[in-house]
Amino acid sequence: MSAVVTGIGVLAPNGLGTEEFWSRTLDGVSGIGPITRFDASRYPVRFAGEVPGFTARDHLPGRLVPQTDRMTQLALTAADWALLDAAADPGDFGEYDMGVATAASAGGFEFGQKELQNLWRLGPRHVSAYQSFAWFYAVNAGQISIRNGLRGPMNINVAEQAGGLDAVAQARRMVRGDTPLVVTGAVDASLCPWGLVAQLPNGRLSTGDDPRTAYQPFAAGARGHLPGEGGAILVVEDAESARRRGAPHLYGEVAGYCSTFDPAPRTGRPPRLAAALRGALADAGIDAVDVDVVYADGAGVPELDLAEAEAIAEVFGRNGVPVTAPKSMTGRLNAGGAALDLAAALLSIRDGVIPPTAGVTGPDERYGLDLVTGARHVRVGAALIIARGYGGFNAAMVVRRCPPAAPRPARAAAVIQGEGT
Amino acid sequence: MKRRVAITGIGVVAPGEPGAKAFWERITSGSTATRPISFFDPAPYRSRVAAECDFDPVREGLSAQEVRRLDRAAQFAVVCAREALADAGLHDGDLAPERTGVSLGSAVGCTIKLEWEYAVVSDAGRLWEVDPAYAVPHLYDYFTPGSLAAEVAWVAGAEGPVTVVSAGCTSGLDAVGHGCELIGEGTADVVLAGGTDAPISPITVACFDAIMATSNHNDDPEHAMRPFDRTRNGFVLGEGAAVLVLEELEHARRRGARVLAEITGFANRSNAYHMTGLRSDGKEMAEAIRAALDRARLAPEEVGYVNAHGTGTKQNDRHETAAFKAALGAHAYDVPVSSIKSMLGHSLGAIGSIEIAACALAIEHGVVPPTANLREPDPELDLDYVPLTAREKRLDAVLTVGSGFGGFQSAMVLQRPGTAA
Repeated sequence: MSAVVTGIGVLAPNGLGTEEFWSRTLDGVSGIGPITRFDASRYPVRFAGEVPGFTARDHLPGRLVPQTDRMTQLALTAADWALLDAAADPGDFGEYDMGVATAASAGGFEFGQKELQNLWRLGPRHVSAYQSFAWFYAVNAGQISIRNGLRGPMNINVAEQAGGLDAVAQARRMVRGDTPLVVTGAVDASLCPWGLVAQLPNGRLSTGDDPRTAYQPFAAGARGHLPGEGGAILVVEDAESARRRGAPHLYGEVAGYCSTFDPAPRTGRPPRLAAALRGALADAGIDAVDVDVVYADGAGVPELDLAEAEAIAEVFGRNGVPVTAPKSMTGRLNAGGAALDLAAALLSIRDGVIPPTAGVTGPDERYGLDLVTGARHVRVGAALIIARGYGGFNAAMVVRRCPPAAPRPARAAAVIQGEGT
Repeated sequence: MKRRVAITGIGVVAPGEPGAKAFWERITSGSTATRPISFFDPAPYRSRVAAECDFDPVREGLSAQEVRRLDRAAQFAVVCAREALADAGLHDGDLAPERTGVSLGSAVGCTIKLEWEYAVVSDAGRLWEVDPAYAVPHLYDYFTPGSLAAEVAWVAGAEGPVTVVSAGCTSGLDAVGHGCELIGEGTADVVLAGGTDAPISPITVACFDAIMATSNHNDDPEHAMRPFDRTRNGFVLGEGAAVLVLEELEHARRRGARVLAEITGFANRSNAYHMTGLRSDGKEMAEAIRAALDRARLAPEEVGYVNAHGTGTKQNDRHETAAFKAALGAHAYDVPVSSIKSMLGHSLGAIGSIEIAACALAIEHGVVPPTANLREPDPELDLDYVPLTAREKRLDAVLTVGSGFGGFQSAMVLQRPGTAA
């Protein structure tokens, strides 16, 4: 039984909607700019990937707006678009046949900061009745379920950025169980002063003073990453059931997945990222040579870039596979970023093109990476997506072109090597 | 052959004294751990009662660095993980790191640290652009609660799949359910699974005040939480954690481990109705129960005890009573149903795991814990809620359920070793 992606909804700093995001991403148009959502002048980090031109009331019922944080508004809109793209009408499915599996790294923390301020400045009676369910980590899954009448199983993973892939893997589990359709992916955002300051002690955010070069994954001059908001919501379905109902798009199969965790500091044991990559390939039943592109985690922090480059080289060989990190155009969207990379990988399969790591003229030589710095047209049959979560979380996922409907191919490898449509 | 899931170790930090032994004594004695809030001055709040743990991190073996770094929820989880591993007879080096995972539930993560650090950087709410000079080194760990699972992974040396499951008040059940999936599908042989929350903090108390979900029986703290009683008026906020060693049954047998119980069924559903409201028919919880029993291949009549969600809100107690009747039929009137929250309060994302621990111990000891404070039955609630006093009963199969914000409903079946199909 295979799980396929049939719908994509994107809200990204460089594009509202899948096609706008994708064309700008291929053109190397960045969504990074000065932080406008609050006065960042007192902070060492001045730039972020903000989703521009999004007004919640244009997309959602007015009553939902005061109850929800911005990240939930973005998530609900992305879910609407994904279900529309999949042409999936909840009314056509059985009562418990649609589930939700999302990820979060933070909750509705801008909403939460306002209510904390109300509590500490004005007292407990000034805390909104919505705070109890507007900020917590499960809010997007609950609201997506309620808005779309999804009454099947649910799950919410938290593993920072890696959670975005963990959620899609969970969606695949549900589909392999008894749930024909699952809304998955993630939208994350904590672009409020509290959310920014919480990240500063890590020393991983870039304090660069030029938005074009502040976040440069794998570049010799890399000096950290930038935060962002947004992500992607995906519809994952059982392939047979999607074909039966005539789903308009079969973007690709969620073919392989593995997650691992790095050993505790000072244990002397080796990191576990390469094991996640190998595990995802094994789970998909393919070899490294079958992978046409790797979407890298691309932390933009030299020691993290090096660790990732070493893991990629260990599995694919030095300069062994095209590698890209289009998140240089969006900033790191945490769980949403992994889901967005997954969406981009599926579009790479659809259109036969690898988007650039815009803003990077060339990788640091010592990494041994074939880093894609200008859109590269090449047939993509299978893509590997890497996501690391702060604290030691590693996840890797393989997506590949959907096999033709019938007759069923004898070997999966034949599909990957075969001529596409 | 189907891979089965055994519980081979239990660690609990519950209100009152820490440790699984103290926990079991409390919940079978019928004495409550609810008392006036002592962590801060509760005078400005509507509900001023809580179930607090008498937890001294130094006495529980945490180092000075751990005490400084870890939020109270993480401290609970680490202490529980150590107790669970010892209880399972597992020592350093016994587990294969790459075959060991963690699935930890938490509804609100590191709330206490988050709130107090917010108060510092915002100067008690005076600053919107909070002051980064006061940000502490591990602030981001509190922000995104994957850190809770990371700490447990470090205790166990786990390098397989590690995640937090954050589904609000069903997190503790859903995280253990997810751990069972990881073992069942063969991704891991051992998973430390459980839940932790330490929400007794001004913002949480204010949140529940605002929606009047918590009890204001402030003048009678020991009897404030009265599930299924006519005079019930909400829950008492609690705190705590439980971590279970879940082990593939053959793996446990090979090393001669004691098996406390098997987890044979798990399912969850969403009501797609309201973020905090419940319809009185309990339909989706009933569906979750039916699905869990189906996976366990059990008939309703084989369930010997039901551990209820039992929050003592008007709507919850009606909702789940209806669900039990819908899922178990006439047997609902014969099977003992009880709420240990009457004694331990509601520790949000932890309590589901604490209740699984209670179910495993109930099977082992042949004792059904009571519902404390149930003195005036509500004529509308007509099941056997085991008022006040524990009962001896051989238990072969037990059911535990949870219900939470987002409309999430979860159910799990545990069975005596050797009795499962």
